[in-house]
Amino acid sequence: MVDRTRIDEPTGTETVGHEWDGIEELDTPMPRWWLLTLFGTIAFSLVYVVLYPAIPFRHSASAGVLGWSSHRQLAGEMTAEAARLAPTRSALAQTPIEMLPANPRLLVAAEEGGRSAFKVHCVQCHGSGAAGSKGYPNLNDDDWLWGGDLAAIQTTLTNGIRQPGNADTRMSQMPAFGRDGILEPAQVRDVASYVRLLSGQEKAGAASARGGVVFAANCAVCHGAQGKGGRNIGAPNLSDSIWLYGGDRVAIIDTITNAHAGVMPAWGHRLDAVTIKMLAAYVHSLGGGEANVAPPTPALTQAPTQTAAADVGN
Amino acid sequence: MSAIDQRAGDENPNHIWFEARRRIFPKAVKGSFRRLKWAIMAVTLAIYYLTPWIRWDRGPHAPGQAALVDLAHRRFYLFAIEIWPHEFYYVAGLLIMAGVGLFLVTSAVGRAWCGYACPQTVWTDLFVHVERFIDGDRNAQFRLAQAPWTPAKIGKRIVKHAVWLVIAAATGGAWIFYFADAPTLARQLLDGTAPAVAYVTIGILTFTTYTLGGLMREQVCIYMCPWPRIQSAMLDERSLVVTYKTWRGEPRSHLKRHELPDHPESAHGSALMELAADATGTARLGDCIDCNACVAACPTGIDIREGPQIGCITCGLCIDACDAVMTRIDRPTRLIGYTTLVDEKLASTGAPVVPPLRRLLRPRFLVYFGFWASIGLAMLFSLGNRSRLDLSVIRDRSPIWVQLSDGAIRNSYTIKVRNMENRPRRVMATLSGLPGGVVWNEQGDRKLAGSSVAFFVDADKVAKVRLFVAAPRHGEEHTDFSFAVRALDDEASHDRQATVFERPEDER
Repeated sequence: MVDRTRIDEPTGTETVGHEWDGIEELDTPMPRWWLLTLFGTIAFSLVYVVLYPAIPFRHSASAGVLGWSSHRQLAGEMTAEAARLAPTRSALAQTPIEMLPANPRLLVAAEEGGRSAFKVHCVQCHGSGAAGSKGYPNLNDDDWLWGGDLAAIQTTLTNGIRQPGNADTRMSQMPAFGRDGILEPAQVRDVASYVRLLSGQEKAGAASARGGVVFAANCAVCHGAQGKGGRNIGAPNLSDSIWLYGGDRVAIIDTITNAHAGVMPAWGHRLDAVTIKMLAAYVHSLGGGEANVAPPTPALTQAPTQTAAADVGN
Repeated sequence: MSAIDQRAGDENPNHIWFEARRRIFPKAVKGSFRRLKWAIMAVTLAIYYLTPWIRWDRGPHAPGQAALVDLAHRRFYLFAIEIWPHEFYYVAGLLIMAGVGLFLVTSAVGRAWCGYACPQTVWTDLFVHVERFIDGDRNAQFRLAQAPWTPAKIGKRIVKHAVWLVIAAATGGAWIFYFADAPTLARQLLDGTAPAVAYVTIGILTFTTYTLGGLMREQVCIYMCPWPRIQSAMLDERSLVVTYKTWRGEPRSHLKRHELPDHPESAHGSALMELAADATGTARLGDCIDCNACVAACPTGIDIREGPQIGCITCGLCIDACDAVMTRIDRPTRLIGYTTLVDEKLASTGAPVVPPLRRLLRPRFLVYFGFWASIGLAMLFSLGNRSRLDLSVIRDRSPIWVQLSDGAIRNSYTIKVRNMENRPRRVMATLSGLPGGVVWNEQGDRKLAGSSVAFFVDADKVAKVRLFVAAPRHGEEHTDFSFAVRALDDEASHDRQATVFERPEDER
């Protein structure tokens, strides 16, 4: 390799020695302060190595005289966040859940807290959008087995569904009419026809007429004569469009034959009361939430106007 | 012997890897360009330091500072204009205008930005003047630099750097007033209760101003700034640049320093005139007397007589320096002057020169100007016609739709209504184009729902409202419709946003 470096005439600067199609490059010296910045970065790294964890050992690393670690930083940030949330949590602890709608700021805080708690504890069954799936209720809709006002949701969350040993748990048990031989298979098919008539999925016919008789004798005690169900015993409404285990003929026959009894943990054993309150507020906000009812009389609902102020800030 | 060894052996032993800095002591000059620089420095520094203190009444719901970048609330205020984050394209437009403006200015008058308006130039100029005030002019500074460290020298150095640091701190201090209410922040700064970020910002800007303006100076322009490199692509032979008129100056008459007259009227002066007159004869001598006044005045330490170069920021100080000398030896001024390379060539042949303003009327300048002006006009038009109510709609995608117990389908939307007026407003959101659709919000009830909902939006705030829309089960799987919002107090404020209503796939 021939060294072609030469002194460039107009600038008096040495070239680097390469040449491409007559184009050469000047080897202009760097300013000396630039070199000093390199030494400066080296000095910085030495200081850094002393102050912060830097040198890896086999099982750990050098600690650094500042004692900083990412775990400690995280712990500090979590403590600060807990301290920041403490007033909100204590306000929530002192507010009965029925009173939340009267305090919009607290309600929004509860809903946001519930949103994050939901992602940790609830999405496994109910799904990330709380839309559920077959056997797991959709929490967005306007159909509630056990009641959809704030207090009812809180009770359901606290005590769970079909939890043995919990006196307040939501408990209902439909007999397995087919499997246990209470109804003949033909009767089951007739009842299925009647149930589909109730929900407007089939036209009246001989089968549904026969099924109506069987229904009145076996099913109406829980589901009501019109199949509207009842929340006090958790009996589903059979006349609406919402089916936890499916509303087509095969699914209804399966349900009558075998019955279903889903469960939900009693979250009162696992989560603190404030988190449950927040979860209830969040579930209530999903679109199906109902207004508070005065406990004994479920008829009177105070319908808020649609034009109520929604002063949710930025 | 490998190629590397061979190269190492061929290495020039005198090769310089790093270059020591050449100290520059620019000499004070007087003249028209110096006066122009004073004026521009006064105006730019006044704008920088005083703007945050101008008040502007916007009513009770917005800050009363004329120029304010409110990062905490994400608002940008400039006199009557308020910019929201989603209107950031105005700022982007200003940046594009600034970029095109640089092209425009450069194509017309060369590196005018570098020479007069660049903060690096303005602050360096200020620092140089402070230095001159304390240490004296070029020669005194040079002597002081060579002098041993006597108490007097140490004292001068301490005073100089202290004044520099005060200027630097004031620069950093002024910067933060653009980001908070200036009088409040000033009080907080004095009694020590200002936010830590304010002190840190002042510290950083003090350091950079002191370092870049006081210590680095021309090194920034020559080594750090990308703009001089871009300039070489922006300039052409019709751009105004500071030019030494070789045809007039060469060959130089090498007058010794002591031969330079103090006064043009002196005996030496008339002798010089004879010398100059002699230049018109056969043994022609150029006007340049090689007095080095242009080099001494140059803040970047270059010799303009070597032609256009990257170190020249076109500040025009060499023009003033040379003009003073030309006046003293009774020769025409502007041996160094603003001219284009084309005109320089024309002039050297004695051809008439096009006036600088006429030089502007060329396609390149006009295209840049048209582009620059149309961006500005488009922004002004858009600013004048923007609606102060803005809507954006986000469809909830989980779940996509919800089956309701009576058979209808519900979709949920989160709408954000931006009330950009400084007063609370009642706003109505209306469905349009969704047959059988009803809408309600979290406080509402489907039983009472109609095709619109009304709610309050606070002054200068965004209302984030969750809306539920229900429509009959049967219809298009994807139905396009739109939300329209209007302010009930102001019919002119309205906005509309298209979205879609989703239904389950028809199983039949």
